Amino acid sequence: MTLNEIKPGQRVRIESLLGDDVVLQRLMEMGLLEDEELEVIGFAPMGDPMEIRLRDYRLSLRRTEAARIRVTLLP
Amino acid sequence: MVALRTPTVAFVGNPNTGKTTLFNALAGMNQRVGNYAGVTVETKKGKLRVGDLPFDIIDLPGTYSLAPRSPDEMLAVDVILGHNPTEPRPDVVVTIVDASNLERNLYLMTQVAELGVPVVIALNMVDVATAQGLKIDVDRLSQQLGVPVVPLQANRGIGLEALKTAIAAAFESRPSARSPAFPERFDEEVAKLQAFTGSEEPTYLLRRLVLDVDGYAEKRLGDKYGPDLIDKMTAARQRLVQAGFTLAGIEARVRYGWIHKVTTDCIQRPAQRPVAWTDRIDKVLTHRVWGTLIFLVVMFLVFESIFVAAAPFMDWIKAGVAWVSESIGGLLSPGPLRSLLVEGIIKGVGAVIVFLPQIVFLFAIIAFLEDCGYMARAAFLMDRLMSRAGLNGKSFIPLLSSMACAVPGIMSARVIENRRDRLATILVAPLMSCSARLPVYSLLISAFLPIAVYGWWVPGLVFFGLYMLGIIVAPLMAFLLKQTLLRGETPVFVMEMPLYKMPSLATVLRRAFDSGWMFLKRAGTLILATMILVWAALYFPSGNYEEEIAQLEQPLEQPREQLKTLKSELKALQDADAKDAAAIAAKQALVDEAKETLVPHEKQINDLRSQWKAQSVLGRMGQWIEPAVKPLGWDWRIGMAAIASFPAREVMVGTLGIIFGEGEGDAGDEEYRDSVGQSLRNSGAFTVPVAMSVLVFFALCSQCVSTLVIIKRETGAWRWPIFTFVYMTALAYIGAFVTYQVGSLF
Repeated sequence: MTLNEIKPGQRVRIESLLGDDVVLQRLMEMGLLEDEELEVIGFAPMGDPMEIRLRDYRLSLRRTEAARIRVTLLP
Repeated sequence: MVALRTPTVAFVGNPNTGKTTLFNALAGMNQRVGNYAGVTVETKKGKLRVGDLPFDIIDLPGTYSLAPRSPDEMLAVDVILGHNPTEPRPDVVVTIVDASNLERNLYLMTQVAELGVPVVIALNMVDVATAQGLKIDVDRLSQQLGVPVVPLQANRGIGLEALKTAIAAAFESRPSARSPAFPERFDEEVAKLQAFTGSEEPTYLLRRLVLDVDGYAEKRLGDKYGPDLIDKMTAARQRLVQAGFTLAGIEARVRYGWIHKVTTDCIQRPAQRPVAWTDRIDKVLTHRVWGTLIFLVVMFLVFESIFVAAAPFMDWIKAGVAWVSESIGGLLSPGPLRSLLVEGIIKGVGAVIVFLPQIVFLFAIIAFLEDCGYMARAAFLMDRLMSRAGLNGKSFIPLLSSMACAVPGIMSARVIENRRDRLATILVAPLMSCSARLPVYSLLISAFLPIAVYGWWVPGLVFFGLYMLGIIVAPLMAFLLKQTLLRGETPVFVMEMPLYKMPSLATVLRRAFDSGWMFLKRAGTLILATMILVWAALYFPSGNYEEEIAQLEQPLEQPREQLKTLKSELKALQDADAKDAAAIAAKQALVDEAKETLVPHEKQINDLRSQWKAQSVLGRMGQWIEPAVKPLGWDWRIGMAAIASFPAREVMVGTLGIIFGEGEGDAGDEEYRDSVGQSLRNSGAFTVPVAMSVLVFFALCSQCVSTLVIIKRETGAWRWPIFTFVYMTALAYIGAFVTYQVGSLF
């Protein structure tokens, strides 16, 4: 599944990131890399963007970008 | 070591690391804001003294990475590499690192380290890290990275002395930071390209050339070495992709991998992350219901502060300007010099400084919202809505502020990092109905759509409609611009949600002060110059009008004074606790009588003024463009008033007043507006469709010099204000045309 499908409160591990472009470069610069673990905090009232916690900080990103991040659920 | 010039220290760091607070603490009041040609970001400069060693310090824009994708981002790289012609290469770079978010902050630090300058790490917000249960072994971290690490709490001034000492020591010993190794295969390709440039260019730039597709290095080096280099670069990228690399991922994997390895035994994380204040506050502030409600309240306060709270200050400025022009006008005899001074320069200066209260208020609030961490939440809440227009959440505040005044609104678009989004926001901001349109709206609505004739709901509905026109057209226009002129791949919206914290009063005041000062310095003179030009166009040719008017006015001085006294006496009687109806009636009769005797004389003067303006350069222009405004239902007088309102929309009211024989007056004065409305109705030039056509025109046109000047200043190019003027005038014309033609059918 991809990050945009994860529910608030769930923790995931990044499996892979799709594509090879500027968007991906930017996401990776912010620390979204394979094997990184993160938690979904929630979605904005209108359903987009979403807020996540990774590497000791919080980040918001749009669903379209989150859809490029393949993740597995952590227990 | 003998320095030929004062050594320079540059400050770099991620946003939200307290970089500005640290810089302000070190530089104190002794700092100035600077700009570079072609770049819209501002850099701050100041001075620092360690013992008897002086340093120049420069604060570079906050950034997450030194992978330049715009001229603005390239600035930081250029300065550190010593490629900026106006800036010496820094002798030391201080990298501000948020201790509570070490890994991501060190990413930028590893890039800085590769630029070959001594680095000092300012490990800020150690108190926040401690509160989150993070334990950082500073000495070990320093050893691992090969650079001095100074723990700090910049907001409380803790650690500043140690940082200063470390800067001076690094300047002497020039420690070299350790940095990660890139894959061999990648470095081979970089070395080949470097050889092609004759080893002229630093390794860092050539790495950027391979890594950043469509990046700034590509543009820069491509221009310098020609298409051969670009071909070689493309081939190198292809080989790397064939070898199994993801170009976009090479750098991040190398850096984060290395950072994780070297810091892993410098940080101890708690087994269970403590629930921070930020988590609790965020639960409320990004909540579906509460978050939205609080957002609306905050935005209401932002709007009120510039719309209402700034108003008394603006009134004081206006009163002050009126007083100055009256006093100076009294000292001089009538003639071009007096008119230039009073009508041109003093009024022009007043028109510039009248913006200051709104700018200072708005920027104080924005600084407050940014410093406490709410700004990111506001953008988070609004992003979905704004993204439909091709913008992002950060465009909301600039557009909202533009409903009070587009000048501070456009300036506040600086909070938008993405260049295209920022430009789109700036270009559509003037479409939002600002407070300068209000006098025009209320003049025409109360004159031609009175409640007595059309019902209580019509004037309000038209007001509402004019405001909605801007609110609907602005996002549509932004959408169009993003599809055409400002086309490009959708920018990545990844935004850090910083921790909430107490905002620093010093930072807020500093920002408000700087923004006001920058406005005066960068826009003031140009606005003033245009004001004087329009004054001249309305004044010349002046013939004998001014002398004649002065002659006619002289005998009126005394009766006018008398009328004033009578009016204030009448007001005193009316306001008295015990009202004496008989006395009021008697006084009223006296006032009416005094008015009555003045009327023919005033009319003579007003007619003369009207004739004078009609034959002025601007009046002739009005007559000349009449064929163009005919389809809008306008005669030349309305056309002329529309041109004359180029300095500012509200000038329309006074100009209409003069040409329609009501004399001069203040657009904000209701009584004056009523009498202008009266004479507009009697003039025959206006019908309801004409009034509506003028209203729609003013809702959409860009008759505001200050807005156009500030667009030039903020975008750095004249083509953007010219574009704004052209597209808005076209929109306004079409809107007015349709309104008049449709309105005439009924």
